[in-house]
Amino acid sequence: MISRDDISAIRHEFRGEREDLIPVLQRLQEQDGYLRPDAIRSISRWLKISENEIFGVATFYAQFRFHPPGEHHIKICLGTACHVRGGQEILAMTQARLNVKPGETTADGKYDLERVACLGCCALAPVVAFDDKFHSQMSVLKVQRLLEEGRSDQATDSR
Amino acid sequence: MKPAAIEERRRQAQAKWDAIRESPVPYIYIGAGSCGLAAGAADTQQAVEEYLSRHQFEARIVPVGCIGPCYLEPLMDVQMPGRPRISYSNIAAKDVEPVLQGFFEKGEIPKYHLAGHFGESEFDGVPRFFDLPMLKPQVRIVLRNCGIIDPDDLDQYLARDGYRGFEKCLTMSWQEVVDTVKRSGLRGRGGAGFPTWRKWATCREQQSDERYLICNADEGDPGAFMNRSLIEGDPHAVLEGMLIAGYAIGATHGYIYIRAEYPLAIKRLKKAMAQMREVGLLGEKILGSDFSFDIKIKEGAGAFVCGEETALIASIEGKRGMPRTRPPFPAVAGLRGKPTIINNTETLGTLPNIIRNGAEWYAGYGTETSKGTKTFSLVGKVRRTGLIEVPLGMTLRQVIYDIGGGTQKPFKAVQSGGPSGGCLSEEFLDLPIDYEHLAEAGAIMGSGGLIVVDAGTCIVDMAKYFMTFTQRESCGKCVPCRVGTRHMVEILERVCDGKADFSDLDKLEKLGRTVKNGSLCALGSSAPNPALTTLKYFRPEFIAHVKDHRCPAVTCKNLVVYRVIPSKCTGCQRCVKACPTGAISGPRSEPHNLDPTKCIKCRSCYEVCRFDAIAGDAIVIES
Repeated sequence: MISRDDISAIRHEFRGEREDLIPVLQRLQEQDGYLRPDAIRSISRWLKISENEIFGVATFYAQFRFHPPGEHHIKICLGTACHVRGGQEILAMTQARLNVKPGETTADGKYDLERVACLGCCALAPVVAFDDKFHSQMSVLKVQRLLEEGRSDQATDSR
Repeated sequence: MKPAAIEERRRQAQAKWDAIRESPVPYIYIGAGSCGLAAGAADTQQAVEEYLSRHQFEARIVPVGCIGPCYLEPLMDVQMPGRPRISYSNIAAKDVEPVLQGFFEKGEIPKYHLAGHFGESEFDGVPRFFDLPMLKPQVRIVLRNCGIIDPDDLDQYLARDGYRGFEKCLTMSWQEVVDTVKRSGLRGRGGAGFPTWRKWATCREQQSDERYLICNADEGDPGAFMNRSLIEGDPHAVLEGMLIAGYAIGATHGYIYIRAEYPLAIKRLKKAMAQMREVGLLGEKILGSDFSFDIKIKEGAGAFVCGEETALIASIEGKRGMPRTRPPFPAVAGLRGKPTIINNTETLGTLPNIIRNGAEWYAGYGTETSKGTKTFSLVGKVRRTGLIEVPLGMTLRQVIYDIGGGTQKPFKAVQSGGPSGGCLSEEFLDLPIDYEHLAEAGAIMGSGGLIVVDAGTCIVDMAKYFMTFTQRESCGKCVPCRVGTRHMVEILERVCDGKADFSDLDKLEKLGRTVKNGSLCALGSSAPNPALTTLKYFRPEFIAHVKDHRCPAVTCKNLVVYRVIPSKCTGCQRCVKACPTGAISGPRSEPHNLDPTKCIKCRSCYEVCRFDAIAGDAIVIES
């Protein structure tokens, strides 16, 4: 078994300069799904930047996660166009249905719920992304259906 | 590759492009930008593939970028041998067969979902696509290739005079390039509108062994997607612009700072850069000249403030994206302390056209002080939403009504410039869109977000939305911005909850002025704009919240109630199922009860009751 703080795969891709910090963290998150504290320790030693400073940088940016992600990722867009076309209501409904707040993972580890500032499909607002698939012109009812479909997909999977 | 060789390649590309129309193999184009994909373009494409293979018809499928009228997506264009390309709108997977059947099996031009053709003149009673009401008033310069060419094919870009502007630059001195851009009147398209040439000249005049060029594609403004569409639809235009700017300022390295939220745009850029490298348009001694230039992509990590020049530089350097005081301006001391130019994606995308067609041609569009064209993302409650490009000086009314087709409910406001901009009321509809007029009215041009709202949108809620956004995105360096925006949000929350008094409105204005004056960067100094303009132009709506505890647009959650009208309720239990909190109960066939203490006001019941035929439209939302 590979040791969990293994960052050797990432090391080869970079020169190891200060400027590499954010791309390195991005690669790390791509690999692990979040920033593991032990990997940050390794990066700190490699790039000679203190762990404090790395966390300082990482927490500044919305992209970085510090907890293991759920199986599926739900992003509710709350850009301006999505906001005025009902994104708030979609978020409220989804929160209630999944019983989580934005930034949290459901108790069963199935879903992450995230509110995002803009996915750039404003002309087709409101937009909701399930994993990497964008759904446009959503409504609370359409999202309810998507959530139900997600549930039934899992039911089929587990059979 | 030497200039002669690229000219030869262009000649071949041109022939290939012209041959498409006469090609014995039909071409099917699918609008597959992020917006098209969100509308279901991938399913449409799959349905096309299935149809072709089922009938064993041969055709080339070409995914293209977004052509602009997103409300028509998914778009599918069909080009039959010897005929112009004909566009079909709102083609979901199920609509593919009826259209293709017409073309392939019946040999006719189906009228089903027909939008228009791409030819020059009238064709068989089919209207021109570019004569559609949304497109006709537009002037497409930056967007000239978007949705038309295959963004992954360098040859198609070359066939449409691609890289001709850059080649022309190589025959000019840097001063001549700067002078051409000066005469064109091009101003920064990122928002502030600083003359592009002046920034360049300052940078070039610095003594330095290295200078850098950064393409700012950190399009964080919520509700705006001009850069995404441009890069997805025509990546080479932006890259050619970078070569031109790089040549003018004498840069050796370029960076594209792009949001990680735009994976498709990043993919397109990477592919386009590999193609450039292959033909010698990137790297050492480009096209045999003395100009060497290379480009790297830096993915932003999700911080709105990084659109600000000095914050963006800090972010590239691997630090927290916090702005610093200027001067020194980045053009003097920027990335790694070297002279650095940061140009917006659209500014760069415009350059090839200016160099190719001449400064006077470009300056022929627009107004005295705001030359040329500008792209806008026209979104919100307007009927025809999408990406548009218009000459500066066009009025808001022309954009919202002629291009956008107006609103369903009565027009209320248009928000220009995103979180840094302002909300303008009906009386400003005849305002020409240019840098000066918008600033005078308290809004800004910004990067091009135009969000239209109607009577169904609460203006106080909108102000709260923008303040919440800037409060979250404030980097925290300046106290007035960090603390001031927080207090402004709190006041706006009180207004929306009906718990504010009149002194709160005065406090909001006073605080807004403090934040504006006391912040270092544009995020802070413009953050109060949405609140201040709405207070100024929509005061009665604030007063309704404060005095009458009522939200006229029936939006603010704590001022609205959901109610079942017993006489209308058919007791169908649809809403009982739809309610995520179990707030609605009641036996079948009897009027249901709605428990307001459990209700989270998510509209699920309201929508299901309205749209399901057996329900009675029995749920009302009142303020």
